[in-house]
Amino acid sequence: MKFVDEFRNNEYSKKLVEKLNNISKEKMNIMEVCGTHTMSIFRYGIRDVLPSNVNLISGPGCPICVTPQSYIDMALTLCEEEGTIIATFGDMMKVPGKKGSLSKKKSEGADIRIVYSPMDCLEMAKQNPWKKVVFLSVGFETTAPMTAVTAMEAKKRNITNLLFFTAHKIVPPVMNALVKDKDLKIDGFLLPGHVSAIIGTKPFEFLSKDYNISGVVTGFEPLDILQGLITLVSLISKKDYKIENEYKRIVKTDGNSNAEKYLNKAFNIVDSSWRGIGRIPKSGLEFNSEYEDFDALKYFKINYEEYDGSPGCKCGEILKGKIKPTDCQLFKKLCTPENPVGSCMVSSEGTCAAYYRYHKDIT
Amino acid sequence: MSDTITLSHGSGGIQTNKLINELFFKYFNNPILDMMNDAAQIDIDFKKLAFTTDSFVVNPIFFSGGNIGKLAVCGTVNDLAVSGAKPLYLTSAFIIEEGFSIKKLEDIVKSMAEEANKAGVKIVAGDTKVVEKGNADGIFINTSGIGSIYENVNINCANAKVGDVVIINGTLGDHGMTIMCERNELGFKGNLKSDCACLNSLVDVMLEAHEGIHVIRDATRGGVAAVLNEISEFSNVTIAIEENNLPLKEEVKGATEMLGLDPLYIANEGKICVFVEEAYAENVLNSMRKHPLGSDAAIIGKVTEELGKKVYLKTVVGGKRLVDMPSGIQLPRIC
Repeated sequence: MKFVDEFRNNEYSKKLVEKLNNISKEKMNIMEVCGTHTMSIFRYGIRDVLPSNVNLISGPGCPICVTPQSYIDMALTLCEEEGTIIATFGDMMKVPGKKGSLSKKKSEGADIRIVYSPMDCLEMAKQNPWKKVVFLSVGFETTAPMTAVTAMEAKKRNITNLLFFTAHKIVPPVMNALVKDKDLKIDGFLLPGHVSAIIGTKPFEFLSKDYNISGVVTGFEPLDILQGLITLVSLISKKDYKIENEYKRIVKTDGNSNAEKYLNKAFNIVDSSWRGIGRIPKSGLEFNSEYEDFDALKYFKINYEEYDGSPGCKCGEILKGKIKPTDCQLFKKLCTPENPVGSCMVSSEGTCAAYYRYHKDIT
Repeated sequence: MSDTITLSHGSGGIQTNKLINELFFKYFNNPILDMMNDAAQIDIDFKKLAFTTDSFVVNPIFFSGGNIGKLAVCGTVNDLAVSGAKPLYLTSAFIIEEGFSIKKLEDIVKSMAEEANKAGVKIVAGDTKVVEKGNADGIFINTSGIGSIYENVNINCANAKVGDVVIINGTLGDHGMTIMCERNELGFKGNLKSDCACLNSLVDVMLEAHEGIHVIRDATRGGVAAVLNEISEFSNVTIAIEENNLPLKEEVKGATEMLGLDPLYIANEGKICVFVEEAYAENVLNSMRKHPLGSDAAIIGKVTEELGKKVYLKTVVGGKRLVDMPSGIQLPRIC
């Protein structure tokens, strides 16, 4: 793969850091929405080279983190169903639920398999015709099209033993909820690169139009992030409220029309619960009537009510950017990657996991 | 400690160390084991010996650059070599699943013989067990090895000192990424090859030519990150490495970037981290580079402080971040 080194170039980085430090002295809060940005920012030590007036806040863009407690509890119930194979992204394995975790259930004998794409479930279902394969289908606009395509493909191939327990979420509505929150003062957003690749930049325009907040779409390499920050800090300091795209090699203004077509074909937009944040109107995706046969809960006739939270866990406040992981009393004491209390410590994109792994000043 | 074994207990990170410290050490506790070196350093009738064992459970059994048999010989030979010993004798024990192909078994055994021959060791004892279908995944191999520790050599993971330079003999993560790609779960294939190799001849060259080598450790499971953390813990020092200086193959860079993985945490099977007194560093580096298994050797960092037990990375943008002990299995990101 090319164009990795180019975006990690030492010389250019230095120049961009210098530029970033000379734009404005104004104090500003910038939220990086996406968990992969949070991780990249820590991994490349970008917080270390920021000007002191720029305060980076990590947002709710980690798919595992925002999935409510009830989801993992229900997944643990589903894996007890006779003749069921649970297929999941690896990140879900260690999320703590009331009855342990998927990792623990697996070690006790439940048939739980890590997949890298929902498409892997098609083959799994074909090879296990006497079993039901249930895919734990979480993620934002980036992963939901793959779920849609997998369901379409299963329908086409007449695979009837593949089911989905869906909790897909969409990003712009949660950002709308955050900017309305009076306790949070966000001056600008680093907008999620992967999500924008699917939906384009237009769905974020409400930020500048309705709330006078700027946003810059950017990629995940250090030069991407630095350039994104330069553009965003300039816009904020000039009070030039607009949405800019600094990830043009991947993100088009109109997004990926094919992916959106698949989303629209398989899903309805519904209200959805976000861990620690609550119910947000029109922020989730659910199979429409044409694909409801793939809905695991409907198939097993399970009544599912969403609920939230582990006692003492501050994931919600952290996901909203109101506090830092270090402000949580459980952080690094009771809550560690080995014994996580909340999902933000589990996921490879979680804010607490990023602070735990990379933050050099925490002992 | 949790009440059941999970896959993370075998990942070479925090959970593995916890299991070792809280269970195995609790019962097996003795001064030799407590040293936690790659091979035990023991005295028998005034002769200093290194003694070690390792089990191999890789899937796929055959991969680009090797197979489970080659891995089983190299792994144990390397554990002896990095303890400052000349590897001499190995044992090998096979646990084979009913139905396993004899042809494949022969291929495995043949490559073990070839590798042992190259490394100058003899496989002098063995054992074979066959289990019912479903009770093993094809084939598991255990090898144990014994070697003779060179005179005047004291290599130990507690020996790193302030000012020591950290050298690696080549590119990071080749083995781990090869295995991940060949499991065919990622949906893409790369032109990757495992670095699986016996490193005793490289270590011999280094030890013969130079003093000043304090620590050598092979960076297998858990990658370079795990090894550096272990050394910083045992030597009670702080280590700083430079992201710019980490040798990486283009294929590994591309694959890790695409999957959101950090090459520092990806397994190697032919890589050693060497801690050398600064005055000898250039000479050690040059002699490593003359050896075919060290041609890409590079200085990646330095021991910066006494105390601390931390590992830092100076990033390409000039920032600094912690490189902690790996936790759990390495997984690709979701979005």
